Amino acid sequence: MTFPTLNLPVISPQIVLVVAALVILIADLVIVQKRILGWISLVAALGALATVFTYRPASPAFQNMALADGLGLFTTAAVLIAAALALLLSVERVADFTRHAGAYYALILLATAGMTALTIASDFMTIFVAIEILSLALYVLSGFNRRDARSSEAALKYFLLGAFASGFLLYGIALIYGATGTTNLAAIAQGIAPLSVSLPFAPLLPLGVGLLLVGLGFKVALVPFHMWTPDVYQGAPTPVTAFMSVGTKTASFAALIRVLAALGSHDRPWLLALAGLAVLTMTLGNLAALRQTSLKRMLAYSSIAHAGYIVTGLAAGNPRGAEGALYYLLAYTFMNLGAFAVLLAVQRREENDVSVERLHGLAARQPVLAVLMALFMFSLAGIPPLAGFFAKLYVFSGAVEAGLAWLAIVGVINSAIGAYYYLRVTVAMFMSEPAADAAEAPKPGWPVMATIAIAALATLLLGIWQFPWMQSIIQAVSTLALR
Amino acid sequence: MVPTTYYLILSAILFALGVIGVLVRRNVLIIFMSVEMMLNAVNLTFAALSKHFLSLNGQVFMLMAMVVAAAEVAVGLAIVMTVVRHRDTTNIEDVNLLKG
Repeated sequence: MTFPTLNLPVISPQIVLVVAALVILIADLVIVQKRILGWISLVAALGALATVFTYRPASPAFQNMALADGLGLFTTAAVLIAAALALLLSVERVADFTRHAGAYYALILLATAGMTALTIASDFMTIFVAIEILSLALYVLSGFNRRDARSSEAALKYFLLGAFASGFLLYGIALIYGATGTTNLAAIAQGIAPLSVSLPFAPLLPLGVGLLLVGLGFKVALVPFHMWTPDVYQGAPTPVTAFMSVGTKTASFAALIRVLAALGSHDRPWLLALAGLAVLTMTLGNLAALRQTSLKRMLAYSSIAHAGYIVTGLAAGNPRGAEGALYYLLAYTFMNLGAFAVLLAVQRREENDVSVERLHGLAARQPVLAVLMALFMFSLAGIPPLAGFFAKLYVFSGAVEAGLAWLAIVGVINSAIGAYYYLRVTVAMFMSEPAADAAEAPKPGWPVMATIAIAALATLLLGIWQFPWMQSIIQAVSTLALR
Repeated sequence: MVPTTYYLILSAILFALGVIGVLVRRNVLIIFMSVEMMLNAVNLTFAALSKHFLSLNGQVFMLMAMVVAAAEVAVGLAIVMTVVRHRDTTNIEDVNLLKG
C-alpha cells in the first residue's frame, strides 16, 4: 500500500496560523498581560507571510485539492497582510470591547487560515470547507462585543444570511458536480469526465454556476445579496469590520477567479450575468452610500460599490480584467483598512461607530490623521496617482478590451457619484467647524498610527511604483486558462 | 431501480421548501431549521449523483457538508443565545437596532 504524496509545504501558512491559534488559546489561560497574545498572533501572521515567499513553483497538493500557483500565492500574501494590519490595529483597542482577548486573536488567525485556504483551493470540496471555516470564525467575531446588543444582532444577521447563502453555494456545487461528473477544477477545465461516464445532467451547468454565484456573491456582498453588509459592518467591532471587509473579499474573489477560469472551456453565459451584477452592485452601493450619516455604514456601502468595480474585471473574462481585479484587491486592502483604522482612531472607547459630523474640524485637532484619511478617501474615490485610480483604470480597460465598453462607462459614471461622498468626508475634516459636543477620543497609540501609516504608504506606493506588483500579478494570471 | 432524475427532483423540491421556510418564517430557530433542510436536500443530491456516477466523490462531499452543518449549529445556537439575553425574543422582526 502506498500513501499519496501530500505536498505539505503548500499549506505551510495554514499550519503556522492554526498552530499559533491553538498556542494562543492555551497561553490565554496562563498569561495575564493579554497584549502579549496580540503580539504572538501578529508574529504568527508575519511568519505565515514569510512561508509564502519560500514556495517552489506551483505543484498540486492533497490529490489536486489545493494548488499554490501565482494566483494563490499573491492573494494569500494579500490576506496575510490584511490580517497582520488588523491584528496590529486590535492590540491597542481589543480591551475596549472584550475581556476574552485570547479567543479573539485565535479566531482572527483561524479566519485567516480559512481565507488563505480558500485562495489556494482547487477543488470544490476545499472551496466549500474553506469558505465555511472563514465564515464560522467571522460569525463569532462580529458578535464579539457581548455587552452591545448591536454586535449580537450583527452576528445573528450575518449568521442567518450566511448559512442561507451556504445552502445556495452547496447546491450550486452539487449541480456542477452533476453536470460535469467531478468536483475538481482542473478536471472541469479540461472538460472531461473521469471514468468516462456519460453526462446526462450536463444542461444543469448554467444553473449550478448561477447558484454558485449567489453563494459567492453573498460573501463578497454583490447586490442583490448585500443586505447584511451595512448592518454587520456597523454592528461588528471596528477592527473586525476592517479585517473582514478586505480579507473575505480578497479570498472569495480569488476563488471566483479560479472557478471562472476553470469553467472557461465551456460556453460562458454567466459572464453576462456577472456584468449585470456589476452594474447593479456599483450603482446601488454608491447611491445608498450617498445618504449615510454613519461613517461605518458609508464605508460598508462603499465596499459594496468596490465589489461591483472588481466584478467588472471578472465579467470581462480576459486576462486584463483578472489582472485588474487582483490589483484592485491589493489596493483595496490597504486603502479600506486605512480608512477603518482612522475611524477606530477617532472613536471613543465605549463607541463602536462614528458619525460623519464627528470628523468636522479634524484637521485642526489632529492634522496628521486628517491628511492620511484624506489620502484614503482620494484613493477610494479613484484620484491619480493613488492606487485606487489605477485599480479602476485596469478593471475598466479589461472590460473595454472584452467589448464591454458600456460596462466601463457605467463604472466611470459610478466613480463620479462615489467621489461625492468621499470628498464630503474630506470637506468635513478640513473646512467645517468642529461640532459643539466634539469630545476628544483618546489619543491613538502607536500601533494604530503605525497601521495607518503603513496603509497610507502602501496606497501611495502601489500607485506610483507599480512594477514589482504588476509583475507578480501578470505572472499569477498567466497560469490561469483565461482567454 | 429508481432513476436518478427522481432523486434530483425530490431534492430540488426539498431545497425549495427550505428556501420558502427561510423567507416566510419569522422565528430564528425555524429559519435555522429551514437552512438545515436546504443543506440536507443538497446532501440527497450528492448521494444520488454519487450513486449515478459510481464514484465516491459525492458521498465524501456529503460527509463534509454534514460536519460543516454540525459546526454551524454549534456557532448558530450560541449566537441566538447572546441575542436572546439582550432582547428576550427569537422573532427576527424584533431584532432591529441596525438599519438605515
